[in-house]
Amino acid sequence: MANVTLRSVRKTYPGGFEAIKGVDVDVGDGQFCVLVGPSGCGKSTLLRMVAGLETITGGEIDIGGRVVNQVEPADRDIAMVFQNYALYPHMSVYNNMAYGLRNRGMAEAEIKTRVEEAARVLELSPMLERKPRQLSGGQRQRVAMGRAIVRQPKVFLFDEPLSNLDAKLRIAMRVEIRKLQRRLNTTSIYVTHDQLEAMTLADILVVMNGGQVEQIGNPLDIYQRPATTFVASFIGAPPMNLMPLRSDELTSQIAGADGAGIVGIRPEDFVISSETVSGGVALGLTVEAIEHVGAETFVYGSRQREEQGVAANPGELPPGEVIVRVPGATGPAIGERIRAVAPRDKLHLFTADGRKRVTG
Amino acid sequence: MQKQAIFQSKLLPYALVAPQLAIVLVFFYWPAAQAVIQSFLLQDAFGLSTSFVWFENYLELFKDPAYFAAIIRTFAFSFAIAVSSLSFALLLAVMADKPLRGSTLYRTLLIWPYAVAPPVVGVLWVFMLHPSLGVLSRYLRAMGVDWNPLLDGDQAAALIILAAAWKQISYNFLFFLAGLQSIPKSVIEAAAIDGARPMRRFWTVIFPLLSPTIFFLLVINIVYAFFDTFGIIDTMTRGGPGKATETLVYKVYTDGLLGGNLGSSAAQSVILMVIVVVLTGIQFRFVERKVTY
Repeated sequence: MANVTLRSVRKTYPGGFEAIKGVDVDVGDGQFCVLVGPSGCGKSTLLRMVAGLETITGGEIDIGGRVVNQVEPADRDIAMVFQNYALYPHMSVYNNMAYGLRNRGMAEAEIKTRVEEAARVLELSPMLERKPRQLSGGQRQRVAMGRAIVRQPKVFLFDEPLSNLDAKLRIAMRVEIRKLQRRLNTTSIYVTHDQLEAMTLADILVVMNGGQVEQIGNPLDIYQRPATTFVASFIGAPPMNLMPLRSDELTSQIAGADGAGIVGIRPEDFVISSETVSGGVALGLTVEAIEHVGAETFVYGSRQREEQGVAANPGELPPGEVIVRVPGATGPAIGERIRAVAPRDKLHLFTADGRKRVTG
Repeated sequence: MQKQAIFQSKLLPYALVAPQLAIVLVFFYWPAAQAVIQSFLLQDAFGLSTSFVWFENYLELFKDPAYFAAIIRTFAFSFAIAVSSLSFALLLAVMADKPLRGSTLYRTLLIWPYAVAPPVVGVLWVFMLHPSLGVLSRYLRAMGVDWNPLLDGDQAAALIILAAAWKQISYNFLFFLAGLQSIPKSVIEAAAIDGARPMRRFWTVIFPLLSPTIFFLLVINIVYAFFDTFGIIDTMTRGGPGKATETLVYKVYTDGLLGGNLGSSAAQSVILMVIVVVLTGIQFRFVERKVTY
């Protein structure tokens, strides 16, 4: 049971490369914190700094009220689940789980109780005598989990633990991890590049980019009110449509902006309609591609002309491409011309550099 | 999956392997067959008459206490050389595996001794440890050691072991370094988080994961100590003083070429051949199976 607090944590490599540029995060006791971002954003480095596997070149990391900057990984009272599971290949499943307890001089009887309890929870009981090479990917993953939970540490650290599993197993394990964490009520930090995993697991979501935190908050808040265009396009699939603003009534609402800005609209906030919306955005689109997912349909349309609320020059999306979500399996046909509208209260407005959210 | 080439002519594949076969036949099978034949023959001192004596040469050998002494000596040498060079190489490899500045340079330097020919190694150590000329001998004497490997058999043996082990360290180092680098970093990190201190981490995780490499090198080192130390022994001690450093291979040479007892020498060669076959068999049986975790 512990909070984990990062205070302006920095990591600068000897070559001068700054991997982490001052990160402040506060994870409350028993909370599940997810660090999400594209590869190379520093999320894994940050996790490894919490684990003690990377040195901290600036700021402080505090676990349970103790600054651990100079504390060895073994003495931080943490457990980590690695992406490749990092099981000891020469030890049986039982010994893999018991190793950390033996190193701490625990009595064999107590070790046996703990390992068997963990094996029962993770459905590994019949496999305790097997070697890791005799297990499937999902089973190895569970052994790695088991090795973490038998220790009953203050903090669990997960470094992309599901990325080596196939899609179906990944979803199942995702749910398992969440249930297990809720039951054990252990503070957890979880690194992933998968925004869906991030959304579904997190109590606190930390979106990172280029060694910096873009936004911290409740996942739904971040989805509904992304602070920057990076967060807007990273969280949510398919991504939010981002387009430059036309200099009109919308632009005038951006304080200090000289007629420039970016408007973002989530695909599901569009409605295909011929009605005009006051203060909203209306786009005339030619349907280029259609993706049927079953419960919903994604329409990829292109726009050429300047429309209500949006300038002609397309923004960060490929030239003029707009994604519109239509519920159900019916949608327009390819080549058809449609009109997509979004009301004023569904628009996300950002400054022209995309670094700041303006409205909503 | 096996790659298969299709040849138009039936003769071409045989023609392609012929040079290799010819070399093996002329330089290996033919002398080996000669040795086997020779081991059944007995010649008089002047080489004028030769008689076929079946296994008499072998029986003579097994009755000879000097031969048994040589067997035990050779095994003791091999064991000492293998253990000392393996452990020292492992120590160096573990230290060289640490990410330090200039690691490429000193890793390269550590591999160099392997390029030195065994007789040169022998000469090198002879000069350094010569009782009257050697640089190191002076220090040994200053420390109160009565150092004279020319007269003291145990010291001569130690000298051979030292030189032979030194030469093999580079080779072992190379394999150990590769072995260490093939252990996933995350496994060692996991052990660190699991509360294992560096020493414990080494003995409970790194060492067991290196065991296939260790076993492979053990066989290689024993073969090396058996056969490739001839050059070192010949330049350093010539099997002496007395017979203190006469190994099986050196005995083949002294009995046959110096002593003129070709039959016995050939019989010893055949026994050595059998030992090689056994060692190679062990290696194939256990190492080729490649312990996979």
